[in-house]
Amino acid sequence: MTIENYALLILLMTLVTYVSRFVPIFLLSKSNMPAWLIKWLKYIPVGVLSALLAPSIFMTDTHLNLSVNNPFLLASIPCFIVAIVRKNILLTILVGIVAYMIFA
Amino acid sequence: MLSEKKSEFLAGTISALPIVMGYLPIGIAYGILAIRSGLSIFQVVSMSLMVFAGSSQFIAIDMIKANSDLFSIVLTTFLVNLRHLLLSASMALKLKESPDFLIPILSFLITDESFAISIVSIDKYRYKYYYFLGLGLTAYASWVLSSFLGAIIGFFIYKLDISALDFVLPAMFIVLLVLQIKRKMDVLIAIISGVLSIVFSYLTSGNWNIILATVLTATLGVILDDD
Repeated sequence: MTIENYALLILLMTLVTYVSRFVPIFLLSKSNMPAWLIKWLKYIPVGVLSALLAPSIFMTDTHLNLSVNNPFLLASIPCFIVAIVRKNILLTILVGIVAYMIFA
Repeated sequence: MLSEKKSEFLAGTISALPIVMGYLPIGIAYGILAIRSGLSIFQVVSMSLMVFAGSSQFIAIDMIKANSDLFSIVLTTFLVNLRHLLLSASMALKLKESPDFLIPILSFLITDESFAISIVSIDKYRYKYYYFLGLGLTAYASWVLSSFLGAIIGFFIYKLDISALDFVLPAMFIVLLVLQIKRKMDVLIAIISGVLSIVFSYLTSGNWNIILATVLTATLGVILDDD
């Protein structure tokens, strides 16, 4: 890829990424949303977090991996326990790093 | 004494710490891979500065290495990053009071990670947009700096093992998910969304699993919700 092409590539990647970040908030933040939309948007956090998380702990590359050879799955068990009991972000991450180093 | 705006901005920067830890290994890995694919340090860092979207940057590097054409890289980036539509729409609920001039900046700072951290704590703050600005700018700075670090490492050194930090972001998503669960309904939504995301990852490519799982479960939530 030439330098000119690369500059154009970055510019276009920036544009298409920014559009998806900017348009909804621009359209919605100043208007009064209908109740059903607000309700729908309130389910987005739990939905999107779980959708992001599940493949990263239950899958290795592109396949389901529920075996003891999956350190991400094993490390997530103590993480969930600490998260539920202590509800502390940094503590959970520390436990995660240690557990992952043990299982990896 | 700090003004309330300043202290809430500062609270945002501090709550970005898990993101900084998580971005470090990923940014470094991105920088090393990008240098190995033949990009210059300037090119590597400029992509992080402007695009600021990890997974699409990795994919772009891969496609550049494979000599893909410009159009298909841009289209893939667009599709991979479409999930920001959902994050941005959801953030609109929290950033209603933001002054107009900040919206273009705040929206640039929306990522999976800044979104996840902010939704668990943003309601505590009066100037939510200053909190999010502090959070987002810190995450952004750490992404750019760790990419730069990776580019330098890739350029001068050959190997660096920081794989122990690979689990930082999954661990962060675990605790943030747990903190979001307030009702039985949320547990159900989380389980269904997780299962759907895995199923759709077999059927689709480029993060469509995340979009489809989230849209379907949020819709299901509205249908099942009776209060």
